[in-house]
Amino acid sequence: MSADDILVTVQGLKKYFPITRGILIRREVGAVKAVDDVSFDIRRGETLGLVGESGCGKTTTGRTILQLHRPTAGSIIYDNVDLTKLKREALRHMRSRMQMIFQDPYASLNPRWTIARIIAEPLRVHKVMEGEAARKERVKELLELVKLDPYHLNRYPHEFSGGQRQRIGVARALASNPDFIVCDEPISALDVSIQAQVVNLLEDLQDRFNLTYLFIAHDLSMVRHICKRVAVMYLGVVVELSTRDEVYDHPLHPYTVALLSAVPIPDPRKTRARQRIILEGDVPSPSNPPPGCRFHRRCPIAKPICAEANPEWREVQAGHWVACHEVK
Amino acid sequence: MAALLEVKDLKVQFSTLEGVVHAVNGVSFSVDEGKTLGIVGESGCGKSVTMLSVMRLIPEPPGRIVAGEVLFKNRNLFKLDKPAIQNLRGAEIAMVFQDPMTSLNPVLTIGQQISEALMVHEGMTKPGAVGRTLELLDLVGIPQAKERYNDFPHQFSGGMRQRVMIAMGLSCNPSILIADEPTTALDVTIQAQIVELTKKIQSHLGMSIIWITGDLGIVAEIADRVIVMYAGYIVEEADVYSIFENPVHPYTLSLQRSLPRVDSKRYERLSIIQGSPPDCIHLPRGCPFGPRCEYAIERCLQENPVLDAVGEGHRAACWVDARKRRAR
Repeated sequence: MSADDILVTVQGLKKYFPITRGILIRREVGAVKAVDDVSFDIRRGETLGLVGESGCGKTTTGRTILQLHRPTAGSIIYDNVDLTKLKREALRHMRSRMQMIFQDPYASLNPRWTIARIIAEPLRVHKVMEGEAARKERVKELLELVKLDPYHLNRYPHEFSGGQRQRIGVARALASNPDFIVCDEPISALDVSIQAQVVNLLEDLQDRFNLTYLFIAHDLSMVRHICKRVAVMYLGVVVELSTRDEVYDHPLHPYTVALLSAVPIPDPRKTRARQRIILEGDVPSPSNPPPGCRFHRRCPIAKPICAEANPEWREVQAGHWVACHEVK
Repeated sequence: MAALLEVKDLKVQFSTLEGVVHAVNGVSFSVDEGKTLGIVGESGCGKSVTMLSVMRLIPEPPGRIVAGEVLFKNRNLFKLDKPAIQNLRGAEIAMVFQDPMTSLNPVLTIGQQISEALMVHEGMTKPGAVGRTLELLDLVGIPQAKERYNDFPHQFSGGMRQRVMIAMGLSCNPSILIADEPTTALDVTIQAQIVELTKKIQSHLGMSIIWITGDLGIVAEIADRVIVMYAGYIVEEADVYSIFENPVHPYTLSLQRSLPRVDSKRYERLSIIQGSPPDCIHLPRGCPFGPRCEYAIERCLQENPVLDAVGEGHRAACWVDARKRRAR
């Protein structure tokens, strides 16, 4: 793989949020280690899935890549430019090339703005297109791309269903002609019959504009369908990363194995016959993660070393990365 | 086997400013002793309203039970007065709600909340109720029940809160536990814990369960019989194996086809259901699914099909047999 094929390189990324005490004299008493030393590449034109339970740091990772949070440490190389080193104006310039689709189509559209204004906003901010008339033409074009009738132009978000709103969010993300889109749980708020519509749309747009997606989700079945490669996160670290077939059919990390066995299969005979691994307890708090391997207290195969040393993030087979002492 | 709960031709409407919402439109089904009934459907299909009506928890007005009867152990619940219904609720028919964050009282300890039901319904003394509460917390797998008895809901994680809700539901040994999307707000690993727990408790105590969900995977795992609802109608009802292996209604079939599978390498495009569910104020003439149905014939747009037997214990409301793609 040549370096040209890689669009985003995440290197040693950390994001800690301070925990403070006191009102007048604020002191830092600790930190939530939301993302703690994460490294991976995103290839041009691929969809990389980022999965894990709520609170594992997947959304923070996505937002930190886009510099919506400034990282505590580490670098984000986007097309040979380190985003973490960029200052305001330079960063704003880069931002038109990377966009985000949000989870909640009800909260992510301004209820007081018309659809036309919402979708035209990136065009104005990034000065991609000057002139009201030109922008209006572009908005119409974008609405057609996401299969909404341009006739909706002057309506407000509350007049649309969840699926339609998510299409508006997609149109807005596409407005500035980005190469890279972080999709943060774009379908989890939608009903089953609408999810497939939005997923197919995202796939069509990817083919058409050669888009690169970071697809953050907790629905492991949908991730397998849409992503070429999948990264599994647990408590702020990536524990396994490989192609979808490797991760789903030959998972190596015990957490991945347990996570996959918890996903219900819509086939009564198969789902009742299979052996499940039920993890005990909850995900520990990221402000006080366990020492050594973060998963060791819930891990069915933990050994004494797991409580002491942090497992190394290594490539055990070509393209299959894992962080576990027990994987040979 | 005797039916424990029988719902006959239930119709529920809500008066709103925009018009009358036909939430439930003539629904009939029964639940056998010790069995699990799964009710599947998308948001707004009337699955929750059906069960809330059974419990007489529909706010009246704006809601109105227009027709139907509910027989529980051969007593018509709609003929009972308020105190009699209150005696039944929680004691004989218990409910677990979707959102464990909002359905627990934040200013009472979880011990107080569980023991309240015991004192009210079972006439237990305080020490007796405390003892039973500790047993229940133990049963649902809350570690250190004694210490946690005096904790408040905010001190519990989402999964633990849902366990508290289940403990509360089980407190008076109900004959039926109605679970309204009890795992929708939870992560898959926690969902698996709750599903396993519920199955274990059911085999222990032998109660019937009605499990309402939008997730076909969960239904495959837990249900004996399945009802599929759409726009306030039951469109198909069968045992769990027939629903998945031999679906007759095009809606059931399309729902299954639009779901990607975690255990499948088939990555072809997802098949989609065009459009979105009808709003229940303006239901289409004819079959409610007709306008979105790929098998629809002329008759479907004119006449609403009745729920009719298509096999042993298998009913479907469709003029067309989706298996054979021809009129029945």
